Amino acid sequence: MMKDSEKPGKSDMSEQRKPVMIFPMIQPGFTAGRMGREVPLNLPAITQSFVVDTLSTAVGMVPVVDSRLTRQDHVGSLKARFGIGRMNYRVDPGLYALGRPDESAPVLVSANYKLSFDCLREALPGRTAWILVLDTNGINVWCAAGKGAFGTEEVVRRLRSSGLEKLVKHRRLILPQLGASGVAAHEVRKQTGFAVSYGPVEARDLPAYLDAGMKATEAMRRKNFPFRDRLVLIPMECLPALKPLFLLTLFFLIAGGIVQGPRWTVEPTLNSGIFMTFALLGAFFAGTIFTPAFLPWLPGRAFSAKGLCPAWIVVLILLESRLTFPLSLPRVLESFSVLFLVPAAASYWAMKFTGSTPITSLSGVRKEMRRALPLQIAGALIGLGCWAAAKLLRVL
Amino acid sequence: METLMYLDNVVTLRLDEEKCIGCGMCLEVCPRTVLSLEKGRARISNRDACIECGACSRNCPVDAFAVGTGPGCATAVINSMLGRRGECCCSLDDGDEKGGGSSSCCC
Repeated sequence: MMKDSEKPGKSDMSEQRKPVMIFPMIQPGFTAGRMGREVPLNLPAITQSFVVDTLSTAVGMVPVVDSRLTRQDHVGSLKARFGIGRMNYRVDPGLYALGRPDESAPVLVSANYKLSFDCLREALPGRTAWILVLDTNGINVWCAAGKGAFGTEEVVRRLRSSGLEKLVKHRRLILPQLGASGVAAHEVRKQTGFAVSYGPVEARDLPAYLDAGMKATEAMRRKNFPFRDRLVLIPMECLPALKPLFLLTLFFLIAGGIVQGPRWTVEPTLNSGIFMTFALLGAFFAGTIFTPAFLPWLPGRAFSAKGLCPAWIVVLILLESRLTFPLSLPRVLESFSVLFLVPAAASYWAMKFTGSTPITSLSGVRKEMRRALPLQIAGALIGLGCWAAAKLLRVL
Repeated sequence: METLMYLDNVVTLRLDEEKCIGCGMCLEVCPRTVLSLEKGRARISNRDACIECGACSRNCPVDAFAVGTGPGCATAVINSMLGRRGECCCSLDDGDEKGGGSSSCCC
């Protein structure tokens, strides 16, 4: 049994008894003292693959990182973009050194999604800085700020546990501007004495921002959504849509082969089944690839409307290939089916892209969905109805 | 480059210009240039560009803003309608979720 006086956390404890034993190299008594509650110092692991060196400091061994990304970093980024291990692509939260920063080096705050962290250090070749990585559960700055994980509380907590106030003589943090929806700058200052400056939206503007004495131009403050930014998001639009696409394709291929009898034959599978498969693939392409890529040029404001234009092009191509002579009723019905199914599916998939863009509001999405979702469901039902009617005519 | 615009007349952003002290913090954090500073006071000059991220409201030292924030994400709205919430970032927390920051993303 511990005696009362030996229990950690007692506030009236004498100075030499303060139990801080998270890292053996930190002497007892070394806590982020002045800034309020005592928080044990905590440094990120130096065994992480991207740590190139260590910096011996007053608070312990700070992992050093480089602005050059290695092949491994690039492969990791690519995998994350394609959803492989994406939810666990993290770095240890805490303090890092970019190069060999001194006591006047700027402090840059980031999220512990490795893509965010890499993006930041890659933007700063030949510069030194302290990088304070917040624990955002491996989520990027923007999304984590929206959810509050990249928030005032975490900035304060991480600042205290980093021992940063012993390493820099200034009292300023530079946060990414997109973190502002989670962090109240005045609150951070009140609680820690550190002033918060919001840096540019894009990490690549950081050098210019720093050189201008931490002044961002208006362009640096605006979040744009250029072609390239939309393109890298496309894989994560496609992948979640693959499962329904596969199941529907399977359904149409199997059901397509049912003929009079009823029995199952190959010829109609190849004919009607493949036709429906192309229709689905067309809707998939229109909604998850074409719409994100060409977003600014598609007519309409609502995403569900933007998805219609490419869908109709797909429908035209399908009808052109299907409505050939001699016409039969099942064929016409099948064509009617894609006339409804393809726009409904493409519109739905296009609407899902709202979540990946920096231009939509929740109120707007709610309004769009109130109108679009019933129409999409109706379109899908009518399409399936036509297809089922065509099927019945063939089977009976 | 012209700003990509979403729907008109839906945004919930409100500014109490009486409260404003003209510090300009909201202009600094807004990623969509929704606000401007006129005669020492902030003004909503491009309301429809607002994406309800809440950065202005969060960083306003005098609480002059009111905005219903949340992800402008159809998947999140669908997940909420289906009752899926909590373990996924693609859900809306309407204030009844505890913690709020303990989500892991799946979208």
